[in-house]
Amino acid sequence: MVQLREQSEAAEFFPSDVEYQGLLSKRSRRGRVVQLSFLLMLTIAVVGLGILLYTIIDDSFGLVAVVNQNEPEAVVSAYGYDPAVTVLDDLNKEQLVDVLQGSVSSGVGRRLEREERFFADRLVFESQAKWDEVCASDEPPSGCSGGVRSKGNVLDLVRERVIQPDIVAVNRLTASIFNPDGFKEEVETAFVENPSRFGEYTYDQVRYQWRAWFSWKFVTSPASDRPEIAGVRTAVLGSIWLVIITVLFAVPVGVGAAIYLEEFARPTRINDLIQTNINNLAGVPSIIYGMLGLAVLVRILEPFTSGSLFGEGAPNGRTIMSAGLTLGLLTLPVVIISSQEAIRAVPSSLRQAGMGLGATKWQTVRSQVLPVAIPGILTGTILAVARAIGETAPLILVGAASFITVSPSGPFSQFTALPIQIFQWTSFPQEEWRHLAAAASLVLLVLLLTLNAAAVIMRNRFSRRMS
Amino acid sequence: MTSETGVHDATMAEQLKRRNRPFERVIVGSLFISGAISIAVTIGILWELGSESLLFFREDEVSLGKFFTSTVWQPQAGEFGIWPLILGTLLITVIALLVAVPIGLSAAIYLSEYASPRVRGFFKPVLEILVGIPTVVFGFFAITFMTPLLRSIFGESVVGFFNVLSAGIVVGLLIVPLISSLAEDAMAAVPNSLRQAAYGLGASRLEVSLRVVVPAALSGIAAGIVIGMSRAVGETMVVTLASGAAPRNFDLAADPVFGYVLNPFQGAQTMTGYIAITASGDISYDTIDYNSIFAIGLTLFLMTLGLNSLSRRIVKRYRQEYD
Repeated sequence: MVQLREQSEAAEFFPSDVEYQGLLSKRSRRGRVVQLSFLLMLTIAVVGLGILLYTIIDDSFGLVAVVNQNEPEAVVSAYGYDPAVTVLDDLNKEQLVDVLQGSVSSGVGRRLEREERFFADRLVFESQAKWDEVCASDEPPSGCSGGVRSKGNVLDLVRERVIQPDIVAVNRLTASIFNPDGFKEEVETAFVENPSRFGEYTYDQVRYQWRAWFSWKFVTSPASDRPEIAGVRTAVLGSIWLVIITVLFAVPVGVGAAIYLEEFARPTRINDLIQTNINNLAGVPSIIYGMLGLAVLVRILEPFTSGSLFGEGAPNGRTIMSAGLTLGLLTLPVVIISSQEAIRAVPSSLRQAGMGLGATKWQTVRSQVLPVAIPGILTGTILAVARAIGETAPLILVGAASFITVSPSGPFSQFTALPIQIFQWTSFPQEEWRHLAAAASLVLLVLLLTLNAAAVIMRNRFSRRMS
Repeated sequence: MTSETGVHDATMAEQLKRRNRPFERVIVGSLFISGAISIAVTIGILWELGSESLLFFREDEVSLGKFFTSTVWQPQAGEFGIWPLILGTLLITVIALLVAVPIGLSAAIYLSEYASPRVRGFFKPVLEILVGIPTVVFGFFAITFMTPLLRSIFGESVVGFFNVLSAGIVVGLLIVPLISSLAEDAMAAVPNSLRQAAYGLGASRLEVSLRVVVPAALSGIAAGIVIGMSRAVGETMVVTLASGAAPRNFDLAADPVFGYVLNPFQGAQTMTGYIAITASGDISYDTIDYNSIFAIGLTLFLMTLGLNSLSRRIVKRYRQEYD
């Protein structure tokens, strides 16, 4: 009797078979819907990354509308060639130099020749007597050392100085491919509706051509205030110098600190403090490090960071040295933490074996622990350096100059860096600069991708050896 | 015989004694100094922020009370109230979290509980790439893609060229991988026995994820969100480029709250944006502008420090210990 009553109560409590099936399918339906929405969210992040890369590439290439000061066809036909068959590239070097000679002032010509000679056997703009005098002076210009401009170099000079293309409108890659006529119509309408925007140019002068903002020439040209010829050489060299200083500071100090904390530090108060402090430092915003760099490195340590202690003369402390050390301080906690992880991953049997054979602690660390930990340390360091290359805010604070065309010559020169260049170009209102910023971003991303690939390769090689 | 062994023992003991190794002491000493440099960095930060801020508050135009109560930041007019800058920072942080928390958590749950190794192998590197992209490139993205997109959706008269929404969304995208990887780590630390027990009781995958794994990993997830928030507060380049250089001065009594004070479609300078813009000009030392960036910096530093230690505290206090 009792059993029966319990059963009937249970039947009231539990759903019947039909209800049960309904509930079950409802549950699994809900599960599928939520799972899909999780996947959707994840896809949004991936799509975000995709759009970001697409935007950069889309802006790095495309059609441009230019107005040439001198048409290349006119230049070619001046040499008796048919402009329909012959283009500027077909002229030989002598002819190109001749074109240059006919167009630039003798002052500019002399300057170009002093940078690098046009011909090995003769001078074009300078008289032999004056040349010998200049080269005999205390600071002979670079042209005296005997290099000769290639034809490609002269061709670039002719384009830059004689043709003098002036970009009046720009277009993006996909729009240029799928709707080039739309762009042309747009430019034409702009000329009709708002001719004052284009100064003295008329629409007849406009030529359309493809332009790769991201190109090898872009990487090797110095900065300029003309978007047609501006490049990132100065900025790339600045970034490389920064990385050198950062690594020279952060790696020895960071790895040293990691070894100390992992191998030597006893759990005393001061060592606990150091560990907590490093974890805290890793979370400090980068701009705060920039302020530290500005107040301490640039200002207080100016005699050191401007190089005047060593007889070098930067006008103030806003040099590569200050910025490199600032980035070094910034990456330090990351290097320490990743090196600690690498050292911790070394099996303690290695240490015990070393000490059991009578080695001292340092001997064990140096010859047993470090060799095993080094690939891991390197991987972490490369990733930290990759982060440092992209840092912009601290560089703004320590005063990376926005407009510098002279390549940095050493740790005590003023400088600009790739992220600073991107920041500057992005904040300019004219559209041409936006495309330069995209191309510079692409250069930066390629650089970072290379570094990351190196880290991944190292990690794989490391894990293979350990297993 | 005995005396011989005695002598022998004495030399043995002499040899086995710990030798004095000055070289090793130097090494260990320099390793310690490397570790201590980090303390020097912290002291440097605190000292420089503190002393310059002190100079700032000593200026006649500035008063500590007004700094923390006034809602107008107009250095040219001698008005130094930090709230407009904090408002800008908070607006962007809130928008960023609204974007990043759902995406980051969904991503973490999916990757940790649902994804097959192959799917994981695709998504995980993508998130890692997202981490590696410099923030200035995200700033470029905000200006060239997000802002024009928002302006075409909501209308150019509604959305300003500089606006908080664009900056907030992009900062959100920036912190997605941070939140998702921290949350995923927390969920990976939940022991499998809990999952198996729940499956054994007839729970579905969704129920296991949301009712067992997420609650068990809640402390780690919450800590991750707080870290993401701290990152958003300190983010500089995106907000400098996309949110403009005008502080949003407000008067709670007079200005409409949703039309103006919290309006996401117009620009608002943030703390980091103010520091970056002020320092990017030729700033001369010991002026009130120069000192003001350190007062803002100190506030920023304390905010992020507070958030970071909050996240550590969450982990410490609420972490479930499994054996």
